[in-house]
Amino acid sequence: MSLWNVFTIASSALTAQSQRLNVVASNLANAESAASSDGAAYTAKQVVFSATPVSADAQAMGVRVTAVVDDPSPPRLAYDPKNPLADAKGYVAMPNVNVVEEMTNMISASRAYQTNLDMMNTAKTLLLRTLTLGQ
Amino acid sequence: MLNGLDQFLAASAQALDLRARRSEVLASNIANADTPGYKARDFDFAAQLRAALSGADTGHGAIAMQRTSPRHLEAPAPASPAVDLKYRVPVQSSIDGNTVETDSELAQFSDNALRYQADITFLSSQIRMLQAAVAA
Repeated sequence: MSLWNVFTIASSALTAQSQRLNVVASNLANAESAASSDGAAYTAKQVVFSATPVSADAQAMGVRVTAVVDDPSPPRLAYDPKNPLADAKGYVAMPNVNVVEEMTNMISASRAYQTNLDMMNTAKTLLLRTLTLGQ
Repeated sequence: MLNGLDQFLAASAQALDLRARRSEVLASNIANADTPGYKARDFDFAAQLRAALSGADTGHGAIAMQRTSPRHLEAPAPASPAVDLKYRVPVQSSIDGNTVETDSELAQFSDNALRYQADITFLSSQIRMLQAAVAA
């Protein structure tokens, strides 16, 4: 029954999008976690989505987070000589989190989550209608 | 007679099955709206329905016979015919190779869901018609 697959597909997308939201949350929470310029500052994380078949015939594709990768861009150096973590030149390494990008990511993830939830609701309505067939 | 009964309901039943399959394909598209490199897919409903109906009696939805001895005859369940999936041509392609346009996919999904409900209504009324004939 194909409609059951809609549930599997939508729930795989819900899981993936909530994982993406989690990553965005930890990026935003650590956007200001300073480190000394030689120490390792927090690096922004990004999720990698990939399509994955949910049934044997490979026509129904769900989505899965295959990896959480570190953003390779260098830490942002901020001049703040008063900071106890500042180096001899007065620089502090700030995480390479781009707050604007993360906010956009968050909105996109939450919209995708809502869309998939709507889809699940529609599939539920259809299945309920199917149960009343012939009555 | 049973064959006639089967034929009476075949068109609606096949349409319902194809609608369910299309909802699955469209759900895959929407779920993968953010997957890099994913290509949106769909199938030609009218052509597939025509093919399914011309395929005559496929015994669709049958259950495979269970064998308790290797010397029993095999009776595998007839596989439901695979639909011929095509790739969608995007209006605005994105840089990561993804061709899903969520708004149009969602519109198609809602349209498909509505038509599924219409098919159920038709099938229900056909069944009621048969019941009326039996009761008369």
